[in-house]
Amino acid sequence: MHELSVAQLSLGLREKQFSSLELTRRYLDRIRALDGQYNSFVTVDEEGALAAAAAADARLAAGETGPLLGIPLAHKDIFCTRGIRTSCGSRMLDNFVPPYDATVTSRLREAGTVMLGKTNMDEFAMGSSNESSFYGPVHNPWRPDCVPGGSSGGSAAAVAARLAPLATGTDTGGSIRQPAAFCGITGLKPTYGRVSRLGMVAFASSLDQGGPMARSAEDCALLLNAMAGFDPLDSTSSELPVEDYSAGLQQPLAGLRIGLPREYFGQGLDAATGERIHAALALLEQQGAKLVDISLPHTGLSIPTYYIIAPAEASTNLSRFDGVRYGYRCTQPQNLHDLYTRSRQEGFGDEVKRRILVGTYALSAGYYDAYYKKAQQVRRLIRQDFLDAFDAVDVIAGPTTPGPAFALGAKGSDPLAMYLEDVYTLAVNLAGLPGMSVPAGMVDGRPVGLQLIGQHFQEARLLNVGHQLQQASDWHLQAPAGGEQ
Amino acid sequence: MTVKQDEIEKIAELARVRIAPEEAAEVTARIANILTLVDQLQAVDTDGVEPMANPLDAVQRLRADTVTEINQREAFQAIAPAVENGLYLVPKVIE
Repeated sequence: MHELSVAQLSLGLREKQFSSLELTRRYLDRIRALDGQYNSFVTVDEEGALAAAAAADARLAAGETGPLLGIPLAHKDIFCTRGIRTSCGSRMLDNFVPPYDATVTSRLREAGTVMLGKTNMDEFAMGSSNESSFYGPVHNPWRPDCVPGGSSGGSAAAVAARLAPLATGTDTGGSIRQPAAFCGITGLKPTYGRVSRLGMVAFASSLDQGGPMARSAEDCALLLNAMAGFDPLDSTSSELPVEDYSAGLQQPLAGLRIGLPREYFGQGLDAATGERIHAALALLEQQGAKLVDISLPHTGLSIPTYYIIAPAEASTNLSRFDGVRYGYRCTQPQNLHDLYTRSRQEGFGDEVKRRILVGTYALSAGYYDAYYKKAQQVRRLIRQDFLDAFDAVDVIAGPTTPGPAFALGAKGSDPLAMYLEDVYTLAVNLAGLPGMSVPAGMVDGRPVGLQLIGQHFQEARLLNVGHQLQQASDWHLQAPAGGEQ
Repeated sequence: MTVKQDEIEKIAELARVRIAPEEAAEVTARIANILTLVDQLQAVDTDGVEPMANPLDAVQRLRADTVTEINQREAFQAIAPAVENGLYLVPKVIE
């Protein structure tokens, strides 16, 4: 059952081959038996899942249909879930039980999904390895000595290990795409504003975007259909109508122009990973797509630009954690100042504190123009690169990451080495574009991902290309060993 | 621009993040590395380039100035570390 696609699961539920309760129990059993080795969940809500499954079965029995009705899924622990702890991977929110739901979680509940639990992540989504979580690192299901990527590492590992057929993720600089690549699954970061940010714990508000993670593009389309859309409670939510992301999956690729930025295939790309990417691109070419050489000249500046803008916004967003209204409070505060500073010293981990300090520095009097304003100007140049490129191509493609998953601990002591991991993904967030990672084979037993980048609001095009690639390949069907129970 | 330890200590104070004295030198060194990385931006010609705050250049949407929320003080204060009579408790501010 756990190897079936979401469309197959939905059909099975409608045809009464199995019930949502049976399906949910199957996944809960797998989590109980297997997640000890991965640590992909920080909270498993058995009771809530069984109740939601029973409710979904009642809706199915009443003749209701819906592509996600009765389908289990996992939420990244950054999405607020009313009554269920939402930790964001931080000691600061270890005791935080939200009094409300994120728009994403309430929409998916209404669609009839069954939440199995909340997945592990880098603290406040700041990281590319899932090693900064207060709850310990996640292990890559393909290679337990390697990281799953981050920050949505728990969601990616859970889907790869068949502990959930679907998971939500968020992506501020690559946090859906990079773990999707490292774990051999499919993940899509939508256009900025396409998925509501209400109730998604804020990291960098002009970059953050929630999106679907699943084994295939087809399943991602089903999940995105239920996630996307205007939310009056999110002031940056787009009012553009949402298309049916499943409708265009079958469209042939003949004539599609795919741009390959030469900056994404140069120095820094692992040679074996590059070969896998070219092999995947050759499959698209066989289907009639045309590969076009393009340039995104400001690519190298996306790292410094991102590491000003994201920390600046984070330092602002994280100022809300004060030890007074919710979250962690230090013991025995001597005075109000001690309460603030020690709650934040003890509640935040090292990487989060570093980014707060960098952001505060970049925003402080005397440095604002040199850092923050400058970064916002370069951000526009980076976006312009893409807009210019899209005059000549429909989609841009390249590697999601410079190489496959690295070993746990390998980059832990050096933040700069970690930042370089995101060189191909950051610019997409800065430009607000949709980006997707699809499996493209293995290097040394570790998956690598092909990244597809689209024009604003052209998620359907990316899903179409991903689906067509997955019709011609079986990389997305491969499962890590160790999943038997 | 090289950053000095006393500057980082001042920033930490502004951000209300306490840094243990024995960690201050290491924290400064790491942040100095990050600032060196981002200093690459200084070489870029951005004359006449409008700063971009929103990737879609969207502007803030306004809604009608009417009450849409109900009071949920009890629900919100149920998760606070310390409350009394509907007020958040903090250490004494005025001696």
